[in-house]
Amino acid sequence: MLEVTQLHLWRGDRHLLKGLGFSLEPGQLLQLLWPNGTGKTSLLRCLAGFTHAEEGEIRWQGRPVREDRDEFHWQLAYLGHENSLKDDLSAPENLRFACALRTHLKEAQLRARLDMVGLGSIDPHLPVRNFSAGQKRRVALARLSLWNARLWLLDEPATNLDAAGQAVLASLLQEHLAAGGMAVVATHRPIDLPGAHSRYWHLPGDTLQ
Amino acid sequence: MSSRPSALAAAVAVLERDLVLAARRPGEWLQPLGFFVLVTVLFPLALDPEPTRLRELAPAALWVSLLLASLLALEFLFREDARDGTLEQFALSGQSFTALLLAKTATHWILTGLPMVVAGPFAVLALGAPATAIPGVLLAVLLGSVTLSLIGAIGAGLTLGTRRGGALLSLLVLPLVMPVLVFGARATARAIAGDEMAEAILLLGSLGVLSLTLAPLAAAAAVRISME
Amino acid sequence: MNWTWLHRFGSPPYFYRFAGRWAPWFLGISIVLLLAGLYGGLVMAPVDYYQSEVYRIIYVHVPSAYLALMSYTWMALAAAIGLIWRIKVCHAIAAGCAPAGASFTAVSLITGMIWGEPTWGTWWIWDPRLVSQLFVLFFFLGYMALRSSIEDRDRADRASAVLAIVGLVNVPIVHYSVDWWNSLHQAPTLMRSDGPSMPMAMLWPLLVMIGAYTFYFVAIMLMRARAEVLRRERGGTWLREELARAA
Repeated sequence: MLEVTQLHLWRGDRHLLKGLGFSLEPGQLLQLLWPNGTGKTSLLRCLAGFTHAEEGEIRWQGRPVREDRDEFHWQLAYLGHENSLKDDLSAPENLRFACALRTHLKEAQLRARLDMVGLGSIDPHLPVRNFSAGQKRRVALARLSLWNARLWLLDEPATNLDAAGQAVLASLLQEHLAAGGMAVVATHRPIDLPGAHSRYWHLPGDTLQ
Repeated sequence: MSSRPSALAAAVAVLERDLVLAARRPGEWLQPLGFFVLVTVLFPLALDPEPTRLRELAPAALWVSLLLASLLALEFLFREDARDGTLEQFALSGQSFTALLLAKTATHWILTGLPMVVAGPFAVLALGAPATAIPGVLLAVLLGSVTLSLIGAIGAGLTLGTRRGGALLSLLVLPLVMPVLVFGARATARAIAGDEMAEAILLLGSLGVLSLTLAPLAAAAAVRISME
Repeated sequence: MNWTWLHRFGSPPYFYRFAGRWAPWFLGISIVLLLAGLYGGLVMAPVDYYQSEVYRIIYVHVPSAYLALMSYTWMALAAAIGLIWRIKVCHAIAAGCAPAGASFTAVSLITGMIWGEPTWGTWWIWDPRLVSQLFVLFFFLGYMALRSSIEDRDRADRASAVLAIVGLVNVPIVHYSVDWWNSLHQAPTLMRSDGPSMPMAMLWPLLVMIGAYTFYFVAIMLMRARAEVLRRERGGTWLREELARAA
């Protein structure tokens, strides 16, 4: 459903992505295990549409992404290095405002999701500024899992997560893949998802099967 | 899969979010107003407070203060959202990015521009203008400050993430908004003198309409480029 | 529109060769025109009734003012094409226009002041044309300041392109508002007659000078843009071959 062909990307003088290609089907997880500085973030941001690839094509559901960017973005959930949370808002408020652009959700669903990521016992009025880095990451993960997006692009989602947090990440990914979603995840260490169809990409120069 | 909210619903959500955020940090939003009052007060102090001189000075003092205070306010139009990554999520939401940014600009104007619009008549009264001038001054400052916000948003977008932020923003925006100053000050002078101000107001209004049509597109393009 | 022509121009090697070949010609023509225009304006043209010899400064002032505006327009158009069709050579051209354009504007302002001093007794008068030129200078300076303050080169190209386009839309508005402002109090203006109302003997050197400045601008723009392309493409294999061939 996601097809990338012959992607070339330059940043200034540096030829970062040299003719990359891969495809991803529903239920599949692509783990980018490239070394630092080889373009993991650049690839994810290019897929998300922030940067323009000089050559190559990205197709979603058979159609080039550039034909209907808004539709593609609506089916996409991106998590970068920043959590994209407002420090002055509480966790439920952050979720509510973020979801208001995407979908119609009830308050109860937001609360349930916060429970699921292990933040249910926190005062619902506490501003996110007071959360630890790991807790903030969990809120961000909760947010994107509420969107019903078919494609997840996650840039080092396990940053700042303790063992419990990583278990939460794994279960969210499981749930997403089982529902027919797909994900491209840049990560330092492989994420262990028993039963899921994981493909591992160790170096940008490798070709994927 | 649930349906996508309409563009209007999304814009309203952004507006609500920004208002809630502003309510939690009221001090920040009053700074431009404070600056506006302060600069307006400095003008008569720089001259002798002879009544007719002050009245002649009033349009210039009002509009220069408005311009400078608006520039101050524009610095934080997009800054926070760009820093914490929220702006990126707006771009990826599937909603019209232009509409969302316009909603942000509108909220920003309500919080920073509108207080100055309300303060404007008081400022000119303090500078010796007759009370009959108030409706005209109000209208001129209203039209002018909306246009300032719209054009200023372009500068705010272009300077996102640059090192020199504030000074560069002023250098870029001031030449673009000079016509607002010219028409607005003239309209204010006419209002104070009791003369016919329709021409100046119409010119201000046309600038406003032109800005409303074109500026949001440029601002959205500028912000997108800053996220590349 | 002939797309192949545009795409050919957009290729850095083609532009590099084109600019290298033609810039000297443009420069040569501009020097010839400059000499002709200066001779016609300073020696041959008759003395003006009101302003005697001082008016001759128009032969430097008017072409500079005209080129200031033309170079800004050219810069904004190149930047727009580069932005919309993502052609990097266009951004190099736009970058090449800015310093030249700013210089023309500065020359126009300085010669305007030189003209104004003996004529009106002050170094600066709020003549609408001078004020418009001043704002065009601000637009150029803003463009260059924005470019230099963004580190990533592609982002700098594209952000300054947006600014240039916004500025271009604004130029007529600024011009109109300055004229409107000036009409309110009928301040003295520098040029009491311009364009076709001038006698032919005074006019033709002016046109020749405008031509000289135009060719000069194109030459400078080509040379600067070529240098910019050289800098950007320094890793390219085509460049190594090109330099080898030139050696």
